[in-house]
Amino acid sequence: MTLRAERIGLLALPGLSFLAIVYALPLFMLLLKSLQIDGQFSLAEYQLFFADEFSRSVLWRTIRVALLTTLLALAIAYPTAIAMARAKGIWLSVFLVAMVLPMSVGVIVKAFAWTIIFRTRGVLNDVLMSLGITDAPVRMLFTETALIIGAANVFLPFMVLPIYAVLRQMDSRLPEAAASLGATPVFRFFNVTLPLSLPGVVAGSAFTFSLAISMYVIPSLIVGERQQTLSMLTARSFLYLRDEALGATISSILLVIAISVVLGSSWLAARLGARQ
Amino acid sequence: MTGTDRLFITISWMIAVCCIIFLMLPIVITVVTSFTSSAVYTLPPPEWSLRWYRSLALRAGLWDAVKLSLNLAVISTLISLVLGTLAAIAVTRGSFRGRAAIATFTVSPLMMPGLVVGVALLQFFREIGLRDAYWSLLLGHIVITLPFVMRTLLASMAAFDFSLVDAARTLGLSYPKAILQVLVPNLAPAYLTGGLFAFLASMDNYPISIFLTDARNKTLPIKMLQYLEEQPDPALAAMSSGLILLAVIVLLIGSRTVGLNRMING
Repeated sequence: MTLRAERIGLLALPGLSFLAIVYALPLFMLLLKSLQIDGQFSLAEYQLFFADEFSRSVLWRTIRVALLTTLLALAIAYPTAIAMARAKGIWLSVFLVAMVLPMSVGVIVKAFAWTIIFRTRGVLNDVLMSLGITDAPVRMLFTETALIIGAANVFLPFMVLPIYAVLRQMDSRLPEAAASLGATPVFRFFNVTLPLSLPGVVAGSAFTFSLAISMYVIPSLIVGERQQTLSMLTARSFLYLRDEALGATISSILLVIAISVVLGSSWLAARLGARQ
Repeated sequence: MTGTDRLFITISWMIAVCCIIFLMLPIVITVVTSFTSSAVYTLPPPEWSLRWYRSLALRAGLWDAVKLSLNLAVISTLISLVLGTLAAIAVTRGSFRGRAAIATFTVSPLMMPGLVVGVALLQFFREIGLRDAYWSLLLGHIVITLPFVMRTLLASMAAFDFSLVDAARTLGLSYPKAILQVLVPNLAPAYLTGGLFAFLASMDNYPISIFLTDARNKTLPIKMLQYLEEQPDPALAAMSSGLILLAVIVLLIGSRTVGLNRMING
């Protein structure tokens, strides 16, 4: 006797009920809490948040940093993925190690390393001064540029790998066929390679953006309290300020952004898939 | 191949090489600075020394944090492997509606803000009266590890030939035994990859753990950030190098048994 298909579905119950109770329910309760004041439905916390200039500047900075991080990562990742998809033998192994090793090393280790590099008496300033590019050390730690570089570094493998995966699967005869029909390299890139690799670009960008919008360890180490992000404000309102209503509101805003990115990217991926 | 083609490819190779250097930079810097004899981070170190590694032995609370982190990572990964196997079989083999939605839901914690999940769990556990920090952390870490396991298991079960399990059952094995003796060994690469990445994610987690700890139960990442605030000397680089060594060992296991390419493609 084999298990019938309906009964096989029951096997999902333990894992599914676990996630429903210890993941979905708490998130739902948090969302509900941000919409209530003394048990009454109210948007007052959100009005308060958006009326406050400081909160708005934090929201804007968080989105800006996440966008720039995603763009920087994409700009480095795309050519890298092209080279990686063409690589063979030892070079392919070098690429794979260069992706998997940083992915396996924790965020704290890498963010900490970037503080050593960016420090005023740190590695990068030593290099710049010995090359004669600057005379005096430049303040780099605690700047937004440092944060974006550090964050792009941490999330880069998550951008490269999805693009690499689609480029690797792409039939390499397609650009060749286009070439034999007289298409110029630029035309071939924009009309063959780029459209075919878009699903990978969408997947990588969505994942990188959702990681960047909610990063906490990287900004706390690289920019510190001086330039708050939404995650840092959330942590502060729970751990130090004990202002749980504010914390619940900011968490819900972050949650809504994250969910929109997930839904938006899967919608986009489905449309791109349907078109091909 | 035209000249423009060659230029395109040369430029992408140049960027790719810079990308590799950029990716490896933090790891190399950490390891090099950990062997310094100086109390500040200077490169190259004035003299090589193991003093910061020796100083780790005397760090109060460090080894308790390492033990707690290893404990949480191993137990939560094992539980996730069991829950994940059952759920992935159901999604792959079942005929009920909403299987795609269930698959997305079980992988979704990967893309949710960790800090928000941490805050939500803090309030939820308080609401239901769960005050024990160890159990809170363990439940939280299953939420961290399960999506990693689900992602690789779902991908590999989609390509697995389930008639092997049916064949084992006609030969007299019970369903659980058929799963354990036929499916699990066949999908060993997926179990290893999913399990290793889940383990590393649990070892590294800060945003969820920070809301669930108490004074006696501090995980390694929490302890490291605390040291960083109180006493940011190169001992931290030595700790980090220890974690890098752990990642290298995990990768060696992975590449020897399943190969790096399969680890990436899940």
